[in-house]
Amino acid sequence: MTEKLQLVVSNRRHFILGATAAATLLSLPKLGFAEDNGWKAAMEGLVGSSEADANRVSIELPEIAENGNTVPFSVAVESPMTDEDHVKAVHVFATGNPRPDIGSFMFTPANGVADASSRMRLGRTQDIVAVAEMSNGQVFMATQTVKVTIGGCGG
Amino acid sequence: MKIKSLVISAATVALASTAYIGLSVAFDDDSHDWGDYQVEDRRSGYTYRSAETRALQDDEFENPGMVGVDHGAELWNIAEGSEGKACADCHGDASESMAKVGATYPKFNAASSKPINVEQRINLCRVENMGAEPFKYESGEMLNMTAFVKNQSLGEPVNVVIDGEMAPFFEKGKEFYYERRGQLDMACSHCHEDNEGNMIRADHLSQGQINGFPTYRFKWQKLGSVHRRFRGCNKNIRATPYKYGSDEYVNLELYLTWRGRGLPIETPAVRN
Amino acid sequence: MAKVKPRVKVPKKASVGDVVTIKTLISHKMETGLRKDKETGELIPRDIISAFEAKFNGATVFSMNLHAGISANPFVSFPMKVTEAGEFEFIWNADGEKTYSKKAKLKVA
Ligand code: HEC
Ligand code: HEC
Repeated sequence: MTEKLQLVVSNRRHFILGATAAATLLSLPKLGFAEDNGWKAAMEGLVGSSEADANRVSIELPEIAENGNTVPFSVAVESPMTDEDHVKAVHVFATGNPRPDIGSFMFTPANGVADASSRMRLGRTQDIVAVAEMSNGQVFMATQTVKVTIGGCGG
Repeated sequence: MKIKSLVISAATVALASTAYIGLSVAFDDDSHDWGDYQVEDRRSGYTYRSAETRALQDDEFENPGMVGVDHGAELWNIAEGSEGKACADCHGDASESMAKVGATYPKFNAASSKPINVEQRINLCRVENMGAEPFKYESGEMLNMTAFVKNQSLGEPVNVVIDGEMAPFFEKGKEFYYERRGQLDMACSHCHEDNEGNMIRADHLSQGQINGFPTYRFKWQKLGSVHRRFRGCNKNIRATPYKYGSDEYVNLELYLTWRGRGLPIETPAVRN
Repeated sequence: MAKVKPRVKVPKKASVGDVVTIKTLISHKMETGLRKDKETGELIPRDIISAFEAKFNGATVFSMNLHAGISANPFVSFPMKVTEAGEFEFIWNADGEKTYSKKAKLKVA
């Protein structure tokens, strides 16, 4: 068989070869914040509510993760970190994993500032939620979308 | 920006797209200065990875492969076998005695009349010089010791001998590289030479350089040898993989080491 | 990497008032409990590091609860405001009541 195929131009960045490949690309999971894999209940269990103002807390993730097994992330909260006014904890949830819990960072005034980093596992493209608990009982949250690609070759 | 042309036989495409591969082509970013990671047209796999992945490799602490190197450093000092000797008893400070090793293997071994890689050289020492059991090829000990030895050559440009008695083995490795195999009837070159820089599914195809092995792969969640990668690339085109440490793979390793001549040793590299 | 090994990075020296970054990493497979053994088809039991704690001169300054959603070979970094010289103690708790720890000194310039 030596018949040659022409490439099909589908958009500026990708030339897709073959209908199956196109279908694979189109079937990428939809982004969206509607899904709930139990993260809302998990959040409620920890801070008493599944809603909070999007304020003061931020979560940083790569826009596109090359592999879901190791996705570096950091969380940060604006806070003076004094005995009277500090961040007690930041909880992180993955809204599209089989299980929502990633981890909870527990801060003290000794930290001086409230930021921390780790690495998480993500099964697919999804939103990540960070929830900050302040010493006065206030709760804030932030969300960030991360696109997860899967490595091709080499079992 | 340049667009690469991609031509594959219809049979391959039919099989490939249903089985595993959806090739799509992206533009190359030729403008970036990759410093030591590029020598002429040879580019390390590092340059095809995302900024986050590169940052993990660059930070000596955050690099998850460094835990293995640390363990290798411990093993270096532990006496084993009937001779009651540790590597350090004969080789002293690894940062001196092993400084060139990672960049110059596979090397010819007179006793077996063929090239051997670092893993095999380590086991020769264990068996013949220490009277100890050889490490199992893909075991944690072997990977960590190999990573430790090669890490001593970090940054050292790859420079392997391919002439003289090495020549026939080099030729065999080269043949292997260009030989079509497996149900998908593909050669290494189809991906790593003809389509380097393109996207294969969501993955950015590199030149398949091996200057960073043993490599920490996110997919593996641990260090893995270059032969593990060869096996993976063979399996992905539905070809039967060869054994760890087989002559076929050592020859291929020799050829690929030469393809990356001048690139710096990156062990332990971090890849996706 | 069958052996569990902690690594920590604490600046050798710092000045009072500085905020420094402490980095920690421990080799651990973080087995999720959701994977099946390829041969037997049975679930591989969960085996993760579930808690991390950092003490400075005996007092807890930072801690973390980890779930199976944390990557293998867990990496954790956090800040610390320097007030005095002293010693850190880092403690990791794993399933099966296993504990790993490591100490590191902080000098004040
Ligand atoms: C009893 C002494 C002895 C011990 C113990 C020993 N070696 Fe060796 N090793 C040698 C000798 C001798 C050579 C050189 C052999 C030759 O040139 O043919 C060598 C060569 C090597 C080389 C190749 C160096 C090069 O420049 O090509 C490596 C790598 C190596 N050893 C690693 C190790 C490791 C790792 C250990 C511990 C697991 C170890 N050796 C233990 C004696 C020893
Ligand atoms: C179907 C396409 C395909 C074929 C054929 C293929 N590979 Fe790969 N290979 C990949 C992909 C995809 C990756 C991961 C991305 C990258 O680094 O290119 C990869 C990665 C590698 C790497 C790791 C590079 C690094 O920087 O760590 C090596 C080495 C490699 N391949 C060698 C080979 C060899 C040798 C062959 C032939 C036996 C081969 N590959 C055949 C697709 C292929």
